[in-house]
Amino acid sequence: MNPERSRATRSPPAEKPHAAGWGHLLPWTAALAFYFLGADFLGLGTNALIMVLFALSLDLVLGYAGIITMGHAAFFGFGAYAAGLCAIHVTNDPVTGLLIATAAAGILGFVTGTLILHTKGVTLMMLTLAIGALVAEVANHLRDYTGGDDGLHGIRMAPLLGAFRFDLWGHTAYLYTLAVLLAWFALAWRIMRSPFGRSLDGIRQNVRRMRAIGTPVWWRMVAVYSLGAAMAGTAGALSAQTTRAVGLTALELLASGTVLMVLILGGTRRLYGAFAGAVVYVVVQDFAAQVDPFRWMFVIGALLMAVVLFLENGLMGIIDFAAARARSLWREQTPR
Amino acid sequence: MSDAEARHANTLGAAPVLSVRGLCKSFGALTVAQDIELDLPGGARIGLIGPNGAGKTSFVNLLTGMLRPDAGSVLLEDRAIDRLRPELRVRRGLVRTHQINTLLAETPALENVAIAIAERKRIGWRMLRYGTGWRACLDEAEARLAAMGLGDDRLRLVRELPYGKQRLLEIAIALALKPRVLLLDEPAAGVPAGETRAIHEQLGDLPQDVAILMIEHDMDLVFRFAREIVVMVQGRVLTRGSPSEIANDDRVREVYLGRRVR
Amino acid sequence: MSEFTIVLDGIAYGMVLFIISVGLTVTMGLMRVVNLAHGSFAMIGGYVAAVAVGAGVPFIAAAFGAALVAGLTGALAEVLVYRPLYRKGELAQALMTFGFTFVVIAALTAIFGTSIKTLPLPEYMSGLVDIGFRMYPAYRLFLIAFGLALALALWLGIDRSLYGARLRTAVDNPRMAGAVGINVNRLFQLTFAGGCALAGLGGVVGSALLPLEPYYALRYLVLFLVVVGVGGVGNFKGSFVAAISLGVIDTVAKYFLPSAAAYLFYGAVLALLLWRPDGLMPARSAQ
Ligand SMILES: Nc1ncnc2c1ncn2[C@@H]1O[C@H](COP(=O)(O)OP(=O)(O)OP(=O)(O)O)[C@@H](O)[C@H]1O
Ligand SMILES: [Mg+2]
Repeated sequence: MNPERSRATRSPPAEKPHAAGWGHLLPWTAALAFYFLGADFLGLGTNALIMVLFALSLDLVLGYAGIITMGHAAFFGFGAYAAGLCAIHVTNDPVTGLLIATAAAGILGFVTGTLILHTKGVTLMMLTLAIGALVAEVANHLRDYTGGDDGLHGIRMAPLLGAFRFDLWGHTAYLYTLAVLLAWFALAWRIMRSPFGRSLDGIRQNVRRMRAIGTPVWWRMVAVYSLGAAMAGTAGALSAQTTRAVGLTALELLASGTVLMVLILGGTRRLYGAFAGAVVYVVVQDFAAQVDPFRWMFVIGALLMAVVLFLENGLMGIIDFAAARARSLWREQTPR
Repeated sequence: MSDAEARHANTLGAAPVLSVRGLCKSFGALTVAQDIELDLPGGARIGLIGPNGAGKTSFVNLLTGMLRPDAGSVLLEDRAIDRLRPELRVRRGLVRTHQINTLLAETPALENVAIAIAERKRIGWRMLRYGTGWRACLDEAEARLAAMGLGDDRLRLVRELPYGKQRLLEIAIALALKPRVLLLDEPAAGVPAGETRAIHEQLGDLPQDVAILMIEHDMDLVFRFAREIVVMVQGRVLTRGSPSEIANDDRVREVYLGRRVR
Repeated sequence: MSEFTIVLDGIAYGMVLFIISVGLTVTMGLMRVVNLAHGSFAMIGGYVAAVAVGAGVPFIAAAFGAALVAGLTGALAEVLVYRPLYRKGELAQALMTFGFTFVVIAALTAIFGTSIKTLPLPEYMSGLVDIGFRMYPAYRLFLIAFGLALALALWLGIDRSLYGARLRTAVDNPRMAGAVGINVNRLFQLTFAGGCALAGLGGVVGSALLPLEPYYALRYLVLFLVVVGVGGVGNFKGSFVAAISLGVIDTVAKYFLPSAAAYLFYGAVLALLLWRPDGLMPARSAQ
């Protein structure tokens, strides 16, 4: 096979071929190194990883398939409550709970997706908002089960795989979250390069074209919506299991706005964009926010606006630019 | 229908692959299709001509399900497809090109064709085990682009291609779907004169039993291509006949007043 | 309480939704911008009036002052926030206006504090009025009358005037509007500011039904958008019908089935939007 073609074969839709090799190593090494170096901040690190997973799930739906959703937090929250309730009432085995929560959120995504995905544009956006509001309303209302405004407490997890206790310092939680993230990431990476993933990329660009080649557009969108929902559900479940609590805030519009901000800040359709965005998010949140939720809103809002105005490709755009500069400098300085 | 019967029907050219029965469509007061009847037998090479706004594109939209007819019916291989969604009609072999390029602008030309092939092969759903299947799609796409004279452009993003090449790509995608019925909406419009040859040759290479309907304002191309010509005016079939009959028809000349027919 | 007064309550509530949302439907239809920041202007109006009334300004004066402030903020936001968005996609518009809402909430709470703002009604509105067969709160009658008057004024102003003809041309066909010499930019800005002023006014007069709390702009955002969506984006008559219907549905549901009211409301919204994705009365251009 000639070299050019093999490059085209591997090159993902919106990514340059070089992004594969070194690009993979860096974030995962950093995540692992953090485990050893950042021992005092493992809780924070776990939050960051969960946010990465959450933003990644939105990237599939919004970045690749172009479904603009304002209610993605519904799936995160649903997964969180499912995992929390499962731990309290059914089994406190973490992996079982994680799978149940993932499936539950995926099913919710499937049901709502089949309902709303034949609409488009503003109507679709409103429907995602309405469904988000509905789920939050239900959770608030079933306070006997969800704890309402007080949230769900008293989650106690059994040791992971029967062997690793969730320790006070969050070692187990961090590695557990990292492993789950890696699994989902590998899956998403593979799927987005598949014929299915490429058809999503096409649906975002031109629905008429995709219909004209016989793509069942609606089903594909339902599929990726459910997949994204399931993934968000996993993120929610991880959050419930590692923090041992679920709050209504997980379902609120602010949560949907936050995950949008993280994804857009990092850069859509890159998968690793979620990493860049989440790291910035967690750091900024830690510095600026905890004191006062309203100052936190200001940060999220201002970042959202700034990205739209000045940083269309997000942080990954900057990284790309820097990498390209570095490469060209390198080439100039190494004589052949 | 048994195999023997089918072959018999084919040799006679009797069984139409696509039949249109009493198709009507209006946009408010504007009638774009009025009681259209048309049969496309296997191997048909029909040219559809008519002045601007006659309803030719609307006719294609009605056939492919992009528009919902007010009345009438479309049969593909003797089965009514009126309730089928557009993408399912494509899967049954009813394929079109667009008058205005409808492509994935941010995607390389090669992949535009390859994903069409993937849908044709029904592997568009594959998420995890797709390596060889997808590579086969890319290989076929590469061959098809080369045949269209787009071999050197295969890795360029569509939006970077000149308009004429995008037109050729539009046709390459349609051919890659291996249609039973092919509806070409002004395929040559915007293609530099020298490059229409590629279109003509590619159409000539299609299996003989594929039925083709070509809308075209370029009369040279139509008369070279078509064995039968249908003239549409204001949503109605004005007349039909062999190219020479149409070229000598007074009413057609009148409609095309100022336009040269042959 | 009789069924009739419950429906009347619903209509009063619907009027508040209408007053606030009508600006949103016109701006979303006219400028084709996905606007998730409209609730901010209602909130600005409400907060300003609350502070003014607290300082002794008469209610009516405070209401109009608040509308003015909201309108001016709107005019400024049109230039700074919305104009860069006209050429961008829906996603950029949604993100930007969503972000703007967050910023407004942060700014208002930084200036006015995080407690719920109360806006006491003037005496002549807080009593009961005899409506023939029973007594009914004057405030709600005022809302109904005000909403009806506004609807009438908008109908005359949009359906029957030169301004309205221009507006409708610009909504249906912006390029044509430019070609026939309508200054689309000015028209946009004026209309946007007007819509925001109405939202501000709605935030004031509706504060007894939609309490002025720090998350106001987000909490009721879905509500306002839903009125627009159900009514048909760009169609203020549709918004009127949608606002009244949703107001009545919500109020009736809260009265008879308090535990299920929220589901019923959002369920109804979902059903309506799924049944008519372009709204009950789609604007001509949307068909
Ligand atoms: N969706 C629509 N709504 C309203 N009118 C339409 C719509 N689509 C097409 N028309 C009108 O229907 C008429 C026929 O259009 P159509 O595109 O079918 O013509 P055509 O024969 O393909 O013309 P041309 O040779 O210019 O391509 C035109 O007057 C067009 O403006
Ligand atoms: Mg046409």
